[in-house]
Amino acid sequence: MCLAIPGRVEEITSDGPIRMGRVNFGGVVKKVCLDYVPEIAVGDYAIVHVGFAISKVDEATAEETLATFRAMGVLDEELATEEEAFARAADRPQSNCPDGSCALPDSATSTEPQLLGKKYRQ
Amino acid sequence: MTTDTAATIDLSTWSCPLPLADYPEIVMGHGGGGKLGNELVEHLFLPAFRNAALENLGDAAVFDLASGRLAMSTDSFVVQPLFFPGGSIGALAINGTVNDLAVSGAEPKFLSASFILEEGFPLAQLAAIVQEMSAAAKTAGVQIVTGDTKVVERGHGDGVYINTTGVGLLRAGISVGPALAEPGDAILVSGTIGDHGMAIMSVREGLEFESQIRSDCAALNGLIANVLSAAGGAVHTMRDPTRGGLASTLNEIASASNVGIALDERAIPVRPDVRSACELLGLDPVYVANEGKAAFIVAPECADVVLSVLQAHPLGREAARIGTVTTDHPRMLVARTAMGANRVIAIPVGEQLPRIC
Amino acid sequence: MKYLDEFRNGEIAQRVAREIHAITTRPWKIMEVCGGQTHSIIKNGIDQMLPVGVEMVHGPGCPVCVTPLELIDKALAIAAQPGVIFCSFGDMLRVPGTDSDLFQVKGRGGDVRVVYSPLDAVELAVKNPDRQVVFFGVGFETTAPANAMSVHLAKRRGLKNFSLLVSHVLVPPAIDAIMSSPGNQVQAFLAAGHVCSVMGYWEYPPLADQFNIPIIVTGFEPLDLLDGIRRAVIQLERGEHHVENAYERIVSYAGNLEAQRLLSEVFETTDRAWRGIGVIPRSGWKLNAAYRDFDAEERFHISGIRTVESPLCHAGDVLRGAIKPGECPAFGKECTPRRPLGATMVSSEGACAAYFNYGRFLSFEQLAGAGR
Repeated sequence: MCLAIPGRVEEITSDGPIRMGRVNFGGVVKKVCLDYVPEIAVGDYAIVHVGFAISKVDEATAEETLATFRAMGVLDEELATEEEAFARAADRPQSNCPDGSCALPDSATSTEPQLLGKKYRQ
Repeated sequence: MTTDTAATIDLSTWSCPLPLADYPEIVMGHGGGGKLGNELVEHLFLPAFRNAALENLGDAAVFDLASGRLAMSTDSFVVQPLFFPGGSIGALAINGTVNDLAVSGAEPKFLSASFILEEGFPLAQLAAIVQEMSAAAKTAGVQIVTGDTKVVERGHGDGVYINTTGVGLLRAGISVGPALAEPGDAILVSGTIGDHGMAIMSVREGLEFESQIRSDCAALNGLIANVLSAAGGAVHTMRDPTRGGLASTLNEIASASNVGIALDERAIPVRPDVRSACELLGLDPVYVANEGKAAFIVAPECADVVLSVLQAHPLGREAARIGTVTTDHPRMLVARTAMGANRVIAIPVGEQLPRIC
Repeated sequence: MKYLDEFRNGEIAQRVAREIHAITTRPWKIMEVCGGQTHSIIKNGIDQMLPVGVEMVHGPGCPVCVTPLELIDKALAIAAQPGVIFCSFGDMLRVPGTDSDLFQVKGRGGDVRVVYSPLDAVELAVKNPDRQVVFFGVGFETTAPANAMSVHLAKRRGLKNFSLLVSHVLVPPAIDAIMSSPGNQVQAFLAAGHVCSVMGYWEYPPLADQFNIPIIVTGFEPLDLLDGIRRAVIQLERGEHHVENAYERIVSYAGNLEAQRLLSEVFETTDRAWRGIGVIPRSGWKLNAAYRDFDAEERFHISGIRTVESPLCHAGDVLRGAIKPGECPAFGKECTPRRPLGATMVSSEGACAAYFNYGRFLSFEQLAGAGR
């Protein structure tokens, strides 16, 4: 029940008692109720579900999250190209370490989840 | 929507406007076989479709066709709304039948056009539809040589329904069919998918949205003729993925040919705004209808030739090679996802509904 | 699309998946509660990227699936009445009631319409003052604010011809019920990100403590899902159990206070029957006394409904995570998307339909050979 996607607020209007707006979802514009996101301004991104903006996208946090993702395993030379990554996916299944080959990296048990990415980045 | 388009048609520009203007709407008498019906033919259909075979106004059209094997196809059109971004029921009625003939390897020649009109339907709208049919037939190089009009009581129809039947001449040396796909063949599509279905969705009551998405409604016989003259022997299967989208068409081919079809999801061309509209409504572009696209299954050594012929045509600029016919997973369509994993693309059940909930 | 495409990068997804492989030493069962997440996992093939033994269990987070059969039957009866315009989200049209579905009611002359938003239904009521417009308001906490606004507006505008057939269900009581059920095997939860965007995640720490389970607030795109799974596995491997927010760009601890304010004005908590699961105490919302006039069940007194569940259908076991869809004896045989026995085969978010459509019935060898 959670089909909600991010769109950019292009215009804020009021439709009688409620605050409405035109929200652009990658070239497709829909009228959306903005009553639940009073802080939203033109140019902001909001997550929209069944015609209602239910949350403002925190863009700074989104970029941070992406940076963390991008940093994961960047030193992994095996995965240099996307094609290799795909080929690797097709090579599954890998056994779930019957020989202990995929044991925890030393520090993984003691690092915070976010730090795991940093470990690979160094 | 409908009235907007119709309003731009000026009845007074028709050759003999008076009898039509007398009745601004369809009445039962227009289908009664009397004077009113004759006037409709004489003042609306004839001027729009004019050709020698039609002008005889006999019980049957008589025409010459070079000797050889004929192909025949029929289709009925009930689309709502009647006018939509990029097309209308009129353009669809011509192009749909032209494309069915063309993907069968035939050169479309002659069409019939039958109208079921609802009492009260505005003549101005009918004129607009007929005008679109005339233009589409001209572009496709086909003639409308016979037809029929019936009127049903108000409430028993949906404005207008159109049936078209077409005959075409099969090209010599061409053998295509859904059962002829072979393992190793390349799968090509002539352009972006999902445009028509999302254009219709954008003007459907309750779901409407603003976008630049237009129906891809077009006659493909010119494009297909180019492909067949460049690499006719190498083309094993051609289909136009209309209702049910690319997914249904390729599933049908996989079943008919008893082969597997492997797609690379990332290679399937989809307009960014069509993709966005699909995201918004929870739909999958592979299931969305097209009205001006064809899928080609060709011998692998000719795939590049066919692709460049497609891309050289205005209707095929976005053509792409999207997959391969395989002996793996027979009768199944399997796509490699952008994540590098695989998913089966099943035949849809009925109409695709917005997955909002 | 911005903030969507970036989270679908296949190469980065492979790296996150590799991290999960690297940290996994034992099999784990993780439940994603939300149907939207189930859909995304299967459509993208996320489950194929996980180490063997890290298993995603598909939870009861598809409102179409868990809406009780009795309410579907009521909807069919209301939709069949003359003078009614019955509106719903697209997926509800195919959900089988005891004898038919909304498509069939439409075929027999009922005015059944698909709308994108409950506001469209309110608009229909304004445009059709001589007709009764009923909106079938199913959904979790994510959809509740939209439905609440529809009745709130209808009341403010004094509309006498709009009502809501409402069946709202809530995630935290469902997690409680699943964890308390005998034979439960779920060891961690991905909490539904969009539910949390409305409600926040302050309700989850007591559950994580009570049942010793990691709960990760997770988004819907491949990178979000893999990150949620990665964080769950890290906690599981360490024997930890706390609540983490892996969807920070959308979800805050407190949630959407504006939405919560209107929810408390319009709804009150109630016991709710979940199709295939049974009654879960205090697991739903219904219209409160101030809005009872807009309750379709009050406005249309429907009686004489005989509700009969198919005895072959194991949707309940699937929804509880006790069995995989393919383990139901009727799966793919008596029960297919064409002839669904239970709602999990109907909604495209339903676990059974998702399995059927995206081919979890194929062997891995068959899948591995594809796409090359």
